[in-house]
Amino acid sequence: MAVRHEVRLSGSGGQGMLLAGIILAEAAILAGKNAVQSQSYGPEARGGASRSEVIISNGEIDYPKVTEPEVFMALTQEAYQKYRHDLGPNALLVVDESLNLGDDLPENVKVVRVPIIASAVETLKRPIVANIIALGVLVGASSIVERKYLEQAVLRRVPRGTEELNQKALELGFQLAAAAVGGNK
Amino acid sequence: MSPTVKLLQGNEACVEGALAAGLRFFAGYPITPSTEIAEALSERLPRVGGRFIQMEDEIASMAAVIGASLTGAKAMTATSGPGFSLKQENLGFAMLTEVPCVVVNVMRGGPSTGLPTSPAQADVMQARWGTHGDHPVIALYPASVPEVYEVTIKAFNLAEKFRTPVILLMDEVIGHMRERIELPDTPPVPVVERQRPTVPKEDYLPYDNSQDVPPLASFGDGYRFHVTGLIHDQKGYPTSAPAKVEALLTRLQNKIQSNLDEILMWETIGMEDAEVAVFAYGATARSAVRAVRIAREQGIKVGLLRPITIWPFPDKLISQYTSQLKALIVAEMNLGQLVDEVERATKGQVPIKRVLQANGELIAPDTILRAVLEVK
Amino acid sequence: MLAEKYLRDAMMPHIWCPGCGHGIILQAVLRAIEKAGLDQDKTVIVSGIGCSSRASGYVNFDTLHTTHGRALAFATGVKLAKPELNVIVLTGDGDALAIGGNHFIHACRRNIDITTIVFNNSIYGMTSGQYSPMTPAGKFATTSPYGNIDRNFDVCELAKAAGATYVARSTAYHAASMPDLIVKAIKNKGFSVVEAISQCPTYYGRRNKMGSAVDMLNWQKENTVNVAAAARLQPEQLAGKIIIGELYNNPAPEFTQQYEELIARLQGGEE
Repeated sequence: MAVRHEVRLSGSGGQGMLLAGIILAEAAILAGKNAVQSQSYGPEARGGASRSEVIISNGEIDYPKVTEPEVFMALTQEAYQKYRHDLGPNALLVVDESLNLGDDLPENVKVVRVPIIASAVETLKRPIVANIIALGVLVGASSIVERKYLEQAVLRRVPRGTEELNQKALELGFQLAAAAVGGNK
Repeated sequence: MSPTVKLLQGNEACVEGALAAGLRFFAGYPITPSTEIAEALSERLPRVGGRFIQMEDEIASMAAVIGASLTGAKAMTATSGPGFSLKQENLGFAMLTEVPCVVVNVMRGGPSTGLPTSPAQADVMQARWGTHGDHPVIALYPASVPEVYEVTIKAFNLAEKFRTPVILLMDEVIGHMRERIELPDTPPVPVVERQRPTVPKEDYLPYDNSQDVPPLASFGDGYRFHVTGLIHDQKGYPTSAPAKVEALLTRLQNKIQSNLDEILMWETIGMEDAEVAVFAYGATARSAVRAVRIAREQGIKVGLLRPITIWPFPDKLISQYTSQLKALIVAEMNLGQLVDEVERATKGQVPIKRVLQANGELIAPDTILRAVLEVK
Repeated sequence: MLAEKYLRDAMMPHIWCPGCGHGIILQAVLRAIEKAGLDQDKTVIVSGIGCSSRASGYVNFDTLHTTHGRALAFATGVKLAKPELNVIVLTGDGDALAIGGNHFIHACRRNIDITTIVFNNSIYGMTSGQYSPMTPAGKFATTSPYGNIDRNFDVCELAKAAGATYVARSTAYHAASMPDLIVKAIKNKGFSVVEAISQCPTYYGRRNKMGSAVDMLNWQKENTVNVAAAARLQPEQLAGKIIIGELYNNPAPEFTQQYEELIARLQGGEE
């Protein structure tokens, strides 16, 4: 029986969650797995909450949408509130440090709460790479795909001339994850 | 990963399939959720010596595609529900004048501007009856990104072989989602070219009724033939003589109806011993597959009937199983369209449970599963 | 002989009423095609719906009689897909400027190499006499029984403003000089418009008490001024007159040529 991993990436429109989802799905395919990526794709594509969903499996993927995310990432409070409804027990929650998670999380949810936005703004001086830092955190904390495939996928999908910046962003994400969960490189 | 394995959207796979089938002309007008097809072809077509044009409106796009096809080019346009409505008059022109082309409709919620970025399956009847007058229609509806690629090639093949427009339906889920696809170096199915006349130019009958599908000359090849939206005789000249009118309209029906074996495509899962079947197509079929699998794990004898050709309606897909079925579930993202065709095909022999949803969301597997548990 | 070479015997008789100007204009088009030396096998005639649009069926080329108003959109597909073809569109005032108005202005804008002849009889003749966007204000039609309060287009001004690169006007009365204007329109590498004023004695003429076909031809003679002569006249002398002749000739880059250059550039591996 195929193992199905469901990932939801959310943030505000324009934060690059769509691209992050595509990169994650492509990394899975580079790793020889099957993957489906989809997004809620509102006319409110800029601003507002937006989400991208990725399903990774070693077998066939039938239903292409997420029903119970194993990994849920949120970069903004609005996205967290809007898309957390189906979070199950034992899920991994990756959020920006600015978020207030409330006190009603399902049991055994593992929380990785790290400065994703602040690192993009202050360390790399490029807010635009927050999505790549976030991907680094997500994969660093979940090991849902091997790091080398994620790196390949990032390089295939980011604009030419920004490869070095994005590699730095990815490395920063893995460091943040390692600091938060201790290892898992 | 070999260089041919890719992560593509359904819309992108449609572009790959069209190019593999030999597409050389695309005219379109931007409309969500089909726009990626136009965007990709604006980049790709000139590189292979083909032509892309963004026309002033949907109507003009359909017209330009017909004009281009008459010069011999494989031609396509892509749109969504509102644009599909605008194309209908010229689609009827192409049906009557027997001009091969592919019309893609990536369905979104409606009516009217509706839900531009959400999926629906509410144009399946528009695909059948949207244009005016009496004529058959071929409409295909794939359910995965790899299948979009292959079915797009088949859409061109059927269009060219039967000298007819072919409608390729997707829903927003299939059009926009990205999925793993292996793109082969050569098309997985042989590419069909339209039949050209071989008779002396003065003997050419562009609407020869002695054969199902008369060969089609290209403009500029010296045949100097007439193409008109008026009912025409075998030479292509307008006529209202009842015998000639009937001969033409009958042949248009026959060329499709007498070739159903070649046109009808479907997939079944677990139907060998099924007592309950779920009929679903497009993205909804993905949910149905999940529901069927879960139900099977619970020991329920349930199977899937998934039409890929939805027009002409595949009666046989239903009728071959009616005697073994206790119940038939029809799931579609509309308030009841193909379910009536299914009901007709069962000839009242199987009770039908409708799972209909038109709220902008893909029907969830659980919703279908509940219906299976109710009727088992 | 012109008729033998260019007309389809099997399509005769034509549907045009006695006294209609369309046959005269079609003859001018065929004379122009002959004079321009177009290859009959490489020339496509496209039309829409209406009296004038029946012309495509009568002539011995590859011919495409399309839907109402859409001739230019079909023709655009023909021309872009196979640029070596000569494409001529025969259309009417209602076809080109009411239902087809959007296609008309965009074909002008694109400057695609198509020659368009607008048979302007100021009326919907095929449906027996409703007013068109070129029925002058005050004139009568079955749908303007109290006189038309719609203003009419000047198709030549419209074409110029929208980007056509060759614009001319003639009338059925000026049949002898019309072919030369059409030859120049054909030779223009770009979008060309020739307005050919036609008479419809059956509907427009009768309803507006303009007399016989001959009277209407005389009206065309008396109410037109050649563009060269017009240049020497005062505005008050030109009031109510229709200017005929070559009105605009200003070549610009042509659409399909530019697309061919794009293909060559991309296939040459520059990008």
